[in-house]
Amino acid sequence: MSPPPLPVVLRGLAKRFVRDTSETVVALDQVSFRAEQNTLTALVGPDGAGKSTLLRILAGLVPPDAGQAEVLGLDVAAAPQAVQNRIGYMPQKFGLYEDLSVQQNLDLYADLHGVPPDQRREIYHSLLTMTALAPFTSRLAGALSGGMKQKLGLACTLVRSPDLLLLDEPTVGVDPLSRRELWDILRHLVHQQGLTVVVSTSYLDEAEFCGHTVVMHQGRVLAEGTPAEITARAAGRVFLASAANGMAARSLQAHLFRHPEVVDAVPEAGSVRVVSTSPAPPQEGLAELALQFSPTEPRFEDGFMVLFRAVAREQHSSAIVLSRPPAAPAGSISVEVRDLVRTFGSFTAVNHVSFQVKRGEIYGLLGPNGAGKSTTFRMLCGLIPATSGTLRVANADLRTARAAARARLGYVAQKFSLYGDLSVDENLDFFATAYGLRGHRKRERIDWAKEQFDLGALSSLASGSLPGGYKQRLAMAAALLHEPDILFLDEATSGADPLARREFWGRITALSEQGVTVIVTTHFMEEAEYCDRLVILDSGRALAEGSPADIRRHGQRSDGRPVTMEDAFIAIVENWRQRQEAS
Amino acid sequence: MIDALFRILALIRKELLAILKDPRSRVSVLIPPIMQCLLFGYAASYDLTNVPYALLDHDRSASSRAYVAALDGSGAFQRVATLDSASAISGQITERHAVLAVVIPPDFERLLMAGTAAPVQVIADGRNTNTAGTAQGYVSSITEAFISHWRSEHGQQASAGVTVNTRAWYNPNFETRWNMIPSLIGTITMMMTMILTAMSVAREREAGTFEQLLVTPFRPSEIMIGKAIPSMIIGTIQATSILLVAQLWFRIPFAGSYAVLYLSLFEFLAASVGIGLFLSSIARTMQQAIIGTVVIMMPFMLLSGLTTPISNMPVALQYLTCLNPLRYAISMTRQIYLENAGISQLLPEMLALLAIAAVTLPVAAWMFRNRLG
Amino acid sequence: MSLSPPSPHSGRASLRRTLALIRKESWQILRDPSAITIGVIMPIILLVLFGYGLSFDLKDLPVAIVADAPSADTADASAAFRLSPWFKVHPVATMPEAEQLMASGAVSAIVRFPASFSRDLARQQGTVQVVVNATDSNTARIAQSYATSAIALWQARARAEAGTSITIPSITLENRLWFNDANTSSWFLVPGLLVLVMTLIGALLTSSVIAREWERGTFEALFATPVRPHEILISKTVPYFVMGMLGLALSVIGSKLLFGVPLRGSLWLLVLISALYLVVSLGMGLVISAATRSQFLANQITILITFLPATMLSGFIFDIRSMPWPVQAITTLLPARYFVSSLQTLFLAGDVWPVILPDAAILTVMAVVFMALATRSTRKRLV
Repeated sequence: MSPPPLPVVLRGLAKRFVRDTSETVVALDQVSFRAEQNTLTALVGPDGAGKSTLLRILAGLVPPDAGQAEVLGLDVAAAPQAVQNRIGYMPQKFGLYEDLSVQQNLDLYADLHGVPPDQRREIYHSLLTMTALAPFTSRLAGALSGGMKQKLGLACTLVRSPDLLLLDEPTVGVDPLSRRELWDILRHLVHQQGLTVVVSTSYLDEAEFCGHTVVMHQGRVLAEGTPAEITARAAGRVFLASAANGMAARSLQAHLFRHPEVVDAVPEAGSVRVVSTSPAPPQEGLAELALQFSPTEPRFEDGFMVLFRAVAREQHSSAIVLSRPPAAPAGSISVEVRDLVRTFGSFTAVNHVSFQVKRGEIYGLLGPNGAGKSTTFRMLCGLIPATSGTLRVANADLRTARAAARARLGYVAQKFSLYGDLSVDENLDFFATAYGLRGHRKRERIDWAKEQFDLGALSSLASGSLPGGYKQRLAMAAALLHEPDILFLDEATSGADPLARREFWGRITALSEQGVTVIVTTHFMEEAEYCDRLVILDSGRALAEGSPADIRRHGQRSDGRPVTMEDAFIAIVENWRQRQEAS
Repeated sequence: MIDALFRILALIRKELLAILKDPRSRVSVLIPPIMQCLLFGYAASYDLTNVPYALLDHDRSASSRAYVAALDGSGAFQRVATLDSASAISGQITERHAVLAVVIPPDFERLLMAGTAAPVQVIADGRNTNTAGTAQGYVSSITEAFISHWRSEHGQQASAGVTVNTRAWYNPNFETRWNMIPSLIGTITMMMTMILTAMSVAREREAGTFEQLLVTPFRPSEIMIGKAIPSMIIGTIQATSILLVAQLWFRIPFAGSYAVLYLSLFEFLAASVGIGLFLSSIARTMQQAIIGTVVIMMPFMLLSGLTTPISNMPVALQYLTCLNPLRYAISMTRQIYLENAGISQLLPEMLALLAIAAVTLPVAAWMFRNRLG
Repeated sequence: MSLSPPSPHSGRASLRRTLALIRKESWQILRDPSAITIGVIMPIILLVLFGYGLSFDLKDLPVAIVADAPSADTADASAAFRLSPWFKVHPVATMPEAEQLMASGAVSAIVRFPASFSRDLARQQGTVQVVVNATDSNTARIAQSYATSAIALWQARARAEAGTSITIPSITLENRLWFNDANTSSWFLVPGLLVLVMTLIGALLTSSVIAREWERGTFEALFATPVRPHEILISKTVPYFVMGMLGLALSVIGSKLLFGVPLRGSLWLLVLISALYLVVSLGMGLVISAATRSQFLANQITILITFLPATMLSGFIFDIRSMPWPVQAITTLLPARYFVSSLQTLFLAGDVWPVILPDAAILTVMAVVFMALATRSTRKRLV
């Protein structure tokens, strides 16, 4: 008997798209790799690397222009239906029917995959237990939180054990707890049930869970290998740096990241993790800071950044200079929330939350999906009224405040929410006028924004057709045109690639140094290190508040490595949930 | 205050760009009104031409042949069958070959010569009672003309009896098109402006841009005005294009004053946009917005006097039509276009529209403030 | 691989998938208020309006009566108008006064007895002048013919009373209205009601359903399952078909109970023709939806090419035979035209095969064409 064919074999795959503007975009170019039976393969790479297109070709939804894709021994382009009969595919935006209940969604996919009725009880039971959705079977899918939706999408994909599972960014917008649970499920499936999985992700730490990684960039395969092989590219070049003068990790990071001898720098556990261009730590011009470098183990992300910085665009200066910094005196209170409560019917989404944010602080709202972050955020922005409690932003209640108060804040939504059919220029012009800019000053600010965010070359393109990273820049540009005192950022880096995230945080840091108050939500726990202070919410309650160092003290690790923000976050939430269950 | 004005202008510009920038959407806003006006201008007519009819002439005399010649020569009727027996009539009408059957009795000429009444049977297909009634009316006018001609030829003019002499004001030939096309100005623009307004907010909601708009210094009332005016501008453009088709293509003389017409249009569009905005504040999705518009538009159209006169409706419904902006629009455009009505004549309609706008716009504003978010 | 599902190629598997999708679609229909609005509330509104609101018959038409030289004769003739149910008389003294009433819209017609009326009448002749406001030409025409017959009736009665049986040669028209003797407007409007209801349920609702799945991204996951394109299509058709047939039942029962509209043809034929038309409408909606992939455009196009033509060009209000030939040519492409023709026949005339068979044949061809187009445009491809 011949061995079964490999689950995935790609040879010289190419795909181009033609945009509305009739310009051709290369999505995939000469992509070849194979996935072995019973393995987890991760596709990693920045936005627009071609990961989604690749998965869609594997799922038989998009025909390749050239090359061959064999899935489970079948030519996908020739027999897409035969492939679709045997695979499970979870697109990036899983198409749950939001007006159907959890159970109805599951039933639908069970029927579509022909799962025999007598086996369903058992399958449903294990899937619902695994995804912790059992208590919510009758809830409408639309009423689930983002993480629960992703888990339900996965459950729908897994109602029948497929021969191959394709997952496109299954954890975008999912909190660390749910992410961990999702990966537990995946590993369980691979190890216990012998499943083969191909998954794309922008969370680089997740790639470390996989047996095989394919690093993609601009439609090409940049490197391939086990996570250890990728990680090894940064071997001996990773250090933890801290400044003797007590300089904030965030400022040190900004400083180091611009350094020519530095590949990557991120704040980590109060220090800065630095990947150097050589086996020695960066030195030039850093003497006055009296930095201490201690070598540390490389991570996958470090290896990835080494690979990536070798080919990626020159990093753009993320320094940002405001012409009119906020006028409020340093140390004054920008945002004050006291005893904030919001109920929806009998459900309490936000339960007596209080915090204060001072001028120029970066303040983080963290929490699992459904914790009440978004609701708090929306109340702060004046989008929904509070049920009770007081809430003052820039000394005004935004719900009742007039235009003048709202003119002092900027808002970047989670999803791109400028006008997609208008051009970059038209969007900027509209928002500038909306914020009361006119004449010479308006032109000046628009020019500033286009230069600052490198949008000049794209200014006549419809903003909906911009690549993801540029959409995010445009959204930031629009929110900063009027030089707001307070900036609200709702998961603004969700789905963004590592380089874009670092640029983004460079700008935020620069803004806060000039006195802009920034309130952020994020699911990247390491980004919490950029905050001055943060609050962790769950079930509408504030569980912990303080500086990153204060928060990290809640966590502990058995392996002796420094406690990360993610460890602390998980510890805080799980502790609280256990206490809740106990009482 | 001046800031608010600039904000509103920016919003208006943005809305117009969003509608007119995309060629598909530009075409869908400008071409359909003209197409509809042309198509419905020709189609929407109660005037009949070439009505197929079947003839059963039992008499076959000189007089009956003259009578038939009068029917055939009128232009209104076209003889599709000449029958020999009464039993053939049924098939002709039932199978829709003929709308009418005209039966001339065997003693037609003899009765006329004797100076008495000759009974002619006119059988009509009542499946479309409207057509049937009009066709029978045509037969009766042709018959009237024929008999008076016959009498004068046979020297019996003296005892003609009382005749009715009709004069028609404003539309001398009773052409349906003359009143139908001015009515389309209101009907077509209302449909389109309501859809545009109702969808504009739902579209932003589905695209997620609405929240971005809400956190800017825009006040709900400014957003409302900024959404209302572009729809009214588009509505005015559409109305103008229909007006041009009416005058340049259909050659219907415009008797009135453009100033009065556009003033009335402005009021009418404000009232309709108010209803559209009200819908848009309720609708969560575009599907709900469009279905709401259609379900509201249908009674508005049926109760507007466009196809059936309002005075024929039951009293309760007549009162209900007072809430219908389209009713006033149709009555006003007809009066301005054909009768050269001035503001004083249109005062009741103008006040009514003003009242409707004064209710719908503030209610929409209130709904906006309370349902946003 | 402990669980190996039955072959996805088998007919039973296909049926199960199709049923699952139909169930899903039905749940969505039941959860969205707009479906109920259009499937139940709208037919009821239309039923009431068509049954009670709309009528082409005139009554109480405001008319000004002027006698230039009032006499017993003019008073007698005026009484004929006053007693008639068609007119509501406003007596005025002078013609300028009457003209003013007409210009202000207070009256729709003027009946004027000239100064010579009594003198001429004595010689068995004379004229009555009728001035109508033809701004609404249809009403004007009806008013004119009512005025003519009112005068004729009055004269006949006057002669009979006077016993002057002067005979003059004349033609009396014996008008018969087959199928609707009493000239009841609601009988004639019911086909229009059905056309509107079926068009809206068929085309307007379905024009959103495929575009919506594209816009919400629900198709991507669905496509990557064993489901076949025709199964998706069937599942998008069946629930709306059922809804349309319920709308039909509601409208037919309503018009029968409320207005006593007869159904002279056979019920099964009515159901069959309606089903055919519904399939055509559904097909059109699905094709538009699949081609545009945008709810906004799909809805706009559907209203423009199905709903408005079904009202104006289907022949249920305006007669197609009187339209200019290019417009007539366009109407031959409209499914609503054939549906209206069959409905009018089935309700008021009976099973007239020479009318119904061609209509049914054309509708069948259209149904096949649109469903084929819909199948072609539903492929499991994202680009």
